Amino acid sequence: MLAAGHLFALTGAVVVGLGLYGFIILRHPLRQLLAVNVAGAGVFLLFGGLGRGTVSTDPVPQALVITGIVITVALTAFGAAMILRLAEERRAGTRLGGDEKDDAS
Amino acid sequence: MSLAFELLLCLMIIGTAAAALLIRDALGAIVFFIVFGNLLGLAWLSIGAANVALAEIAIGAGVTGILLILARARLKTLGDGLDFPATAVWLRLAAATICTGLAVLLAAAVLSLEPADKLGDRVAALLPDLGIENPVTGVLLAFRAYDTLLETFALLGALVAVWSLVPAGSRWRTPASMAIRDAAARTVASVFGRLLLPIALVMAAYLVWAGSDLPGGAFQGGTVLAGGLLLAVLGGAVALPRIDDARLRAVIVAGPAVFLAVGFGGIALGRFLAYPEGFEKFLIVTIEYFLALSIGVTLALLVAGRPVAPTQPDRED
Repeated sequence: MLAAGHLFALTGAVVVGLGLYGFIILRHPLRQLLAVNVAGAGVFLLFGGLGRGTVSTDPVPQALVITGIVITVALTAFGAAMILRLAEERRAGTRLGGDEKDDAS
Repeated sequence: MSLAFELLLCLMIIGTAAAALLIRDALGAIVFFIVFGNLLGLAWLSIGAANVALAEIAIGAGVTGILLILARARLKTLGDGLDFPATAVWLRLAAATICTGLAVLLAAAVLSLEPADKLGDRVAALLPDLGIENPVTGVLLAFRAYDTLLETFALLGALVAVWSLVPAGSRWRTPASMAIRDAAARTVASVFGRLLLPIALVMAAYLVWAGSDLPGGAFQGGTVLAGGLLLAVLGGAVALPRIDDARLRAVIVAGPAVFLAVGFGGIALGRFLAYPEGFEKFLIVTIEYFLALSIGVTLALLVAGRPVAPTQPDRED
């Protein structure tokens, strides 16, 4: 029997699949970071959707999803910072230790 | 909300997710991701989870969106065009097969479960003892306070990790300026930022206070604060602080520290994170205000990124 809660949970399942596909085929780390965010949002939707009862929605998945959203943004920030650092290293490498190595004292 | 609306919403969520992943242009993809996040917020509203809708739109779409756009701009100035070679057809097909399989398996798992509000009644029965009415805040700050405590430390840890990415031996202390370089646009952002920052402060304080009984809470309030701060930084109305500023460090540690102190105080009552009877709401709101302040500043600094060499000019357009 299909309940109202199934609709968003199923959408979440599709979004997880899409996110993983994007993660595999996108060959740039920033785009992969975006794909991980999409897949994560799908997991949240799946989880939260299943907590939807006929009159109210389970507060425990809601609270855990809020926690998850904050953790995701923290990891995204760290990922973006690492990608930037890698790009700087690469540029410094191609310029044979060029102009980026200044005031490191 | 009606079934037709929800069906349309689900289709739009899937469509924007696909666009965010399949568009070649990185900026276009990020913009679709932001639209995707806002549609998810609507979905959470349909589910009846206004607390999550606020967090998803503010953090999932807003802060993550700014982060990605900023990272793209910084990569561009580093000469990374964000282009990548097209993936081989066989790999695309294999990936599509695997991911369709995963989605089908997940869908089968979803259909095997009966969606239900299983814990809502138990949480509702315990809420009067806490003196608050928002069940999600109750779960976050009382019944599952452990998760929330660890989460605040994860956020703090992420900021430390981002800061630790400076090259070894460097003494850089300030993140790259985020002020808009175009003079006219900066003036607009500056005036708007000055106007909005006090409003954001009031709104953040309200969201935390209202979060006891209505949708809202420390994370939503903190994000509003972060949004106000970021706008002020973009307009140059507020300068990014040095990361070794003692006051700044006190602010970002205050939330987790107060939470941990209350947790240890609970040991005196027999259990970690136990609130003394009669003081539950007082302690929860106190923790939330400190958390909102720390979360707001931490999120803004996470977006700003790690410290850079002081002579480097502004790198964003």
